Amino acid sequence: MFYREVGQFKTNYTADSQVFPILQDKLGIIAMLVIAYLIIPLAGNDFFITTVMIPFLVFTLATIGLNILVGYTGQLSLGTGAFMGVGAYSCYKLTTIFPDVNIIIMVLLSGFFAAAIGILFGLPSLRIKGFYLAVTTLAAQFFLEWAFIRIPWLYNYNASGAIEVPQRDGFGGVVLAGAAAEPVTRYLVVLSIVLAMTWVASNIIRGRIGRSWMMIRDMDIAAELMGVRPLYAKLSAFAVSSFYCGVAGAMGVFFWLGAAEVESFDINHSFLFLFMAIIGGLGSLIGCYMGAAFIWILPIIIRALPGALGLDINAATVEHINFMMIGGMIIFFLIVEPHGLARLWQIAKEKLRTWPFPYS
Amino acid sequence: MNMAVKPADANDGRANAPEVMLDISNISLSFGGVHAIKDVSFNIHKGEIRAIIGPNGAGKTSMLNVINGFYHPQVGEITFKGNTRTQMRPYVAATQGIARTFQNVALFHGMSTLDNIMSGRTLKMHKNFFWQMLRYGPAMQEEVEHRERVEEIIDFLEIQHIRRTPVGRLPYGLQKRVELARALAMEPELLLLDEPMAGMNLEEKEDMSRFILDVNDQFGTTIALIEHDMGVVMDLSTRVVVLDHGEKIADGTPAEVSSDQNVIDAYLGVAH
Ligand SMILES: Nc1ncnc2c1ncn2[C@@H]1O[C@H](COP(=O)(O)OP(=O)(O)O)[C@@H](O)[C@H]1O
Ligand SMILES: [Mg+2]
Repeated sequence: MFYREVGQFKTNYTADSQVFPILQDKLGIIAMLVIAYLIIPLAGNDFFITTVMIPFLVFTLATIGLNILVGYTGQLSLGTGAFMGVGAYSCYKLTTIFPDVNIIIMVLLSGFFAAAIGILFGLPSLRIKGFYLAVTTLAAQFFLEWAFIRIPWLYNYNASGAIEVPQRDGFGGVVLAGAAAEPVTRYLVVLSIVLAMTWVASNIIRGRIGRSWMMIRDMDIAAELMGVRPLYAKLSAFAVSSFYCGVAGAMGVFFWLGAAEVESFDINHSFLFLFMAIIGGLGSLIGCYMGAAFIWILPIIIRALPGALGLDINAATVEHINFMMIGGMIIFFLIVEPHGLARLWQIAKEKLRTWPFPYS
Repeated sequence: MNMAVKPADANDGRANAPEVMLDISNISLSFGGVHAIKDVSFNIHKGEIRAIIGPNGAGKTSMLNVINGFYHPQVGEITFKGNTRTQMRPYVAATQGIARTFQNVALFHGMSTLDNIMSGRTLKMHKNFFWQMLRYGPAMQEEVEHRERVEEIIDFLEIQHIRRTPVGRLPYGLQKRVELARALAMEPELLLLDEPMAGMNLEEKEDMSRFILDVNDQFGTTIALIEHDMGVVMDLSTRVVVLDHGEKIADGTPAEVSSDQNVIDAYLGVAH
């Protein structure tokens, strides 16, 4: 079967603006959905679902959040970890105060708190750009980390200083969060939220608001002359971005970790998501999935590899290899393909489209 | 009857005093010690093609930047469609119907031709965030409506074949054309073109000249045009204002201006 659009005509502009205009792409997506919703829940064991899939999806969402800001709006941020923390702590407080409300609703609501904080720390972007802006988001990161430690109200005065996920049921008695929640249940909740939010992000990006973000990114002066108000464009990007990070943070705690303290939202996490966005591809949603998979799943494979091959390499060495590989990849992408895996994928598709007659 | 007398009068009146769309009055602009514009006044009539010419560094681009609110002159007033102001934000200029192209193409390089032109519709799209999130119903309807307008402009400028191409990959001449398309998508009342033909070959210049005349003719858009090629200026413009070292040295029809001694001196570089 050839990968090309010959004979697939678009007869109206709605059809022409689809995300996957080519039939073969649509089939690919359907296959992925079948795998994600049927095969993994049925065939995947708890380890695979809890250690590979759930964090992969959570990280993907955080990377989408960061990519909206860095890749689509061109505003560098190092505060992703902290914005995720805002989501996590908000969700914890919300579900403490309203224990009977479905936790999924609380996870989504906590995004609004992160959005509000994001707007606040996005204000400097109206005056400063690039590295200077990155430094102010760094300030946000440190300030919020400080708040997560110094405001015990946020973690309900727990002696441990950590937030611990209480059991939460929904949909007529299904345990959604807490130690008793089935990995498959948590996985399906996370998967659905991440896919729905990816779809929403792609809608926003293809519309007026997304274009105004990219206009600011590509040429802010021209953008303003075309009627984009930098204030609205930048702050809306900060808001949406932080909303996504906040939801990711809340999901990370409630559907993955089960408990968290400030270390789960530290600067290392901010960098981690920046790496995922860069390796996956700045300004690409599919790249967020690729970047998250690359950085989260590849090391797991590498860690498992020596055992599987019967080699006796100590764990520390494997970790060093991981760090070196990822560091190397980041440098490789920055130099060779700044648009990341998503761009390589696109090039491959373009080649495939004209294969085997590239000049015809 | 007085019908015989009056219409002649009215016609006369219209010919003598065309409607002024933009009035520039005693504008001075300096950057530190550099006086980019010195006490320049001129106006632009509704529906005309007004050329602004002058040697490099004469202050032409600065003048466009003043008109669309990007530079704020220290002295002087600008009256656009009857509203007088000394400063304003570029955003406000855009809302009032001023669009422009840039001397050094200022396209959105990460976006396709189509998206670049769609970006010109920003001010005309209003569907809120909620609908944008769903890209459904009113938002989709709006998107399609504006896509139709944009496709008309794409047809008009004959750039159908590069619709999906990222603008960064286009040759320079086409980039200039996409930039014009983007400005046209704003459906401006006043269109400012900063050297739209710079760096083009003869054929491209002819195409561009044709597009500029057609825009003026078919859409009735008033145009302010910065151009170096005197042939082009003579062919296209209704009136010409000549700047040199930030000062206005001539203002009139192309024929008047090209026979003006000051202009000839300025272009030949005679010291004065
Ligand atoms: N942003 C700026 N800062 C400092 N000087 C400027 C700026 N913009 C223009 N100028 C100066 O103003 C003068 C006129 O420039 P410009 O308007 O670009 O001329 P033209 O477009 O006629 O070639 C030049 O001397 C230029 O150096
Ligand atoms: Mg200039």
